[in-house]
Amino acid sequence: MQLLVCGGTGCNDLQSEAILDNLRLELEANALENDIQVIKTGCFGLCKLGPIVKVMPDEIIYTKVNPDDAREIVTEHIMKGRKVERLLFTDPITKKTISKAGEMNVYKKQLRIVLRNCGVIDPENIEEAIAHDAYKALGKVLTEMSPEGAIKIIKDSGLRGRGGGGFSTGLKWEIAFKNKSDEKYVVCNADEGDPGAFMDRSVLEGDPHSVLEAMAICGYCIEAGKGLIYIRAEYPLAVARLKTAIKQAREYGLLGNNIMGTGFNFDIEIRYGAGAFVCGEETALIHSMEGLRGEPTVKPPFPAESGYRGKPTNVNNVETFACISPIILKGAEWFSSIGTQKSKGTKVFALAGKINNVGLIEVPMGTTLREVIFEIGGGIQYGKKFKAAQTGGPSGGCLTEKHLDLPLDFDNLIAAGSMMGSGGLIVMDEDDCMVSVAKYFLDFTVEESCGKCAPCRIGNKRLHELLEHITKGKGTMADLDRLRNMSLVIKDTSLCGLGQSSPNPVLSTLDNFHDEYVAHVTTKKCPAGKCRDLMEYFIISANCVGCTACARVCPVNAITGERKEPHLINPSICIKCGACMEKCKFDAIIIQ
Amino acid sequence: METIKSPADLEKSKAAILARMHGKEKTRIRVHMGTSGLASGAKEILEFLTLELQKRSIDADIIRAGDLGYCFAEPTIEVKRVGEDPLVFGNVDKQKADEIIEKYIKNGEYVDGILPVNYRTI
Ligand SMILES: Cc1cc2nc3c(=O)[nH]c(=O)nc-3n(C[C@H](O)[C@H](O)[C@H](O)COP(=O)(O)O)c2cc1C
Ligand code: SF4
Repeated sequence: MQLLVCGGTGCNDLQSEAILDNLRLELEANALENDIQVIKTGCFGLCKLGPIVKVMPDEIIYTKVNPDDAREIVTEHIMKGRKVERLLFTDPITKKTISKAGEMNVYKKQLRIVLRNCGVIDPENIEEAIAHDAYKALGKVLTEMSPEGAIKIIKDSGLRGRGGGGFSTGLKWEIAFKNKSDEKYVVCNADEGDPGAFMDRSVLEGDPHSVLEAMAICGYCIEAGKGLIYIRAEYPLAVARLKTAIKQAREYGLLGNNIMGTGFNFDIEIRYGAGAFVCGEETALIHSMEGLRGEPTVKPPFPAESGYRGKPTNVNNVETFACISPIILKGAEWFSSIGTQKSKGTKVFALAGKINNVGLIEVPMGTTLREVIFEIGGGIQYGKKFKAAQTGGPSGGCLTEKHLDLPLDFDNLIAAGSMMGSGGLIVMDEDDCMVSVAKYFLDFTVEESCGKCAPCRIGNKRLHELLEHITKGKGTMADLDRLRNMSLVIKDTSLCGLGQSSPNPVLSTLDNFHDEYVAHVTTKKCPAGKCRDLMEYFIISANCVGCTACARVCPVNAITGERKEPHLINPSICIKCGACMEKCKFDAIIIQ
Repeated sequence: METIKSPADLEKSKAAILARMHGKEKTRIRVHMGTSGLASGAKEILEFLTLELQKRSIDADIIRAGDLGYCFAEPTIEVKRVGEDPLVFGNVDKQKADEIIEKYIKNGEYVDGILPVNYRTI
C-alpha cells in the first residue's frame, strides 16, 4: 500500500510537509512503516481541494487534509480498511461523496486531443505513430469519402482556426476547394512568433505525423498535391523531427505518389522562416516562402484565391491540423459536443509568468480562467496575489480578477477586450506594473513591425515613446487621452493584423488598470514599485542604528550620516541601484 | 519495410507493430525529450538509464518521446511496469533515476516525485 501526498507548491503552502511527517510517525507508532510507503508527489491539479492524500492501490482521494488527520487515515483506513468519510470529496452538484479519483468530475479538467500523442510516442519512429492510429483517418478519407463529404465533417465539427483568427476551418477548405486551378497548395503555419508561446513546437516535436496526415487530408479535400510547412529556423529540434517524419512517411507510402494505393499524390516540403513575428501573418508568410520580403499585402485577395505562386492556397495553423484526424475518426458530433456553443473542441495554452505549474495544458473550450490558473496551473508563485493574465500575446489584452470566472473561448475573450491568439497565457502578480507590461509588448511590436505602412511603423513607435515617458514620471493626464486616441487610429488604419492589434495591450491595460496609469502621471508613483524612475529609497530613522553599512556600499555616495546616528539618502544623487537595501540588516530601508 | 498499399495494409501493419510491442512484455520507460526536457538535462538521464539498466541487467524498453507539457518539473520520465498503470516522475536527476531503478523498476516501490496524471486523453 502507498500513501501519496501532494507536494505541489500550492499544497506545500498548506502544510503538506507536516502531513507527510505525521503520516510517517503514525505508521511507525503502529509498526507499519515497512509495509506502507509515504510518497510525496507533484501537483494533482486539485489545488482548490488541497492538500490531497491519495491511498493506493485503492485510489481513494482525501481532500483538504490537515496534519492532524494523519492519525485517522492510518488507524481507520490503513488498519481497519474503513474510509474516512469526512475527508472525502462531496460532488457540488449531486451532493454525494466521491472517493475514487476516476469518478471525480473536478479531477482531470484537462482533455488532450491535440496533445494526445505528445510525450507518449517516439516521434522519430513512424511505427509508434501507426500503433496510435496515425494515417488511419487519411486512409478513411481517401477510400470512403469525397472531398465535399470530408469538408462537411470538418465544417460540422465547428473547428475554428487555432492560429489566432478563429475562422471556420471547414469553410476555409470549402473556399479553397471551390477555387478551381491545376495547382493548389496546403500550407502549415508553424511560425509561432508570440513571446511565451510554444504549443506548436511541442506538437511538432512530440507528434509530427499528426500534422503531416492532416495536411494530406486537406490536400485531398481541396485537391492540392503539395504541402509546405513554414517553420522558424529557431526550432531546430522540431525541424529535425519533421524531416525524419516526412522521410519515414514517404518510405511507408503514406506520402508521395499513389498514397495507400488510392492514386492520390501528395508530398510535403519544409520552408524556413528567420523568426520574424510578421511572417506568421499568412500573406507575409506566403511572400517569404516565395523568396520575397516578408511583408503582408492587402486582403482580398485571400490566399484561398491567390496564394503561393498566385495559386489557391489553404493556410492553417499546426494546432488546427492536429485536430483533424480525431474529427475524421470520431465524427463531427463528437468534436462539437466538446466546448462552448461557438467554440468547439479544446485549446492548448502555454502557461508562463508568475504561475506555479509553468507548462502546456489542453482544456476544453469554456474552461474558466480560474480553473486554468488556480487548479491546473497550481496558483500564483509564492502565494502572491493574482493581478492579470495576458492572452493573445502582443496582439491580445489582459484579463483581470473580474474575468476569473469567464469561460475561455474565442468570443468571450474578444468581448473582454482580449483575444485567444495562439494560446500564450502570461500570468502577472501584484508586483507587476501594468504600464510596464504594455510597454514591454509595444517594445516587441515596434521591433517586429515590417514598416510597410505608416500607422504601424510610426504610430507604435509614438505609443512606445508615450509609455516610456509615463514610466519615467514625465507623463500627464492628457497623455492618457493621447494614448487612447492614437491606439484607435492605429487599429483602424493599419494594413495587417499586426498593426491592427498591436495597441490592444495598451487599450486593455488602460481600461482595466486606469488608476495605475493615473498614479504614474499625477502623483508620479508606480503602485507596483516596478518603475525605477518613480521609486525613492528612504531610511526609516527609527529603525536605523547608524551602522554605516549602507553608506559604505552606495556606489555614488548618496548616503550620509554619523556613526550610530540615523542616516539619510539624498534622492537627487541616488541612482536607485538597491545596494543599500540589500545590505541593511535592520530593515530600515524601504522603497516609497 | 514494405510500403503500405491500402488502408487494410495499414491496419495489418498496426496489428503487427502492436504484436511486436506487446509480445515481449517488459518494463517500458519513456524519457520526455522535447526542447523543454532537453534543456533541463533529459539527454543525460537517457544515457544514464540506458547504461545503468544494462549494467544492472534489467531488460526494459527505453523510448524517446516528446514533452508532456510539465515544464515546471522537467526532466520527466514515465515508467510502465508490466501489468501496472504508468507512473510519471518529475525533476529526475541521476540520483533520482538511480532511486527509480532500484526501488520502483526493480521492486515496484514508489519513490517521491510522482506527477499525478491530471488529464484525460482520447
Ligand atoms: C502579426 C500576425 C502574426 C501571426 N502569427 C501566426 C503564427 O505564428 N502562427 C499561426 O498559425 N498564425 C499566425 N497568424 C495568423 C495567420 O495569419 C493565419 O490566420 C493563420 O495561420 C490561419 O490558420 P488557422 O485558420 O488554422 O488559424 C498571425 C497573424 C498576424 C496578423
Ligand atoms: S501593420 Fe505593421 S506589420 Fe502590418 S503591414 Fe503595416 S507596418 Fe507592416
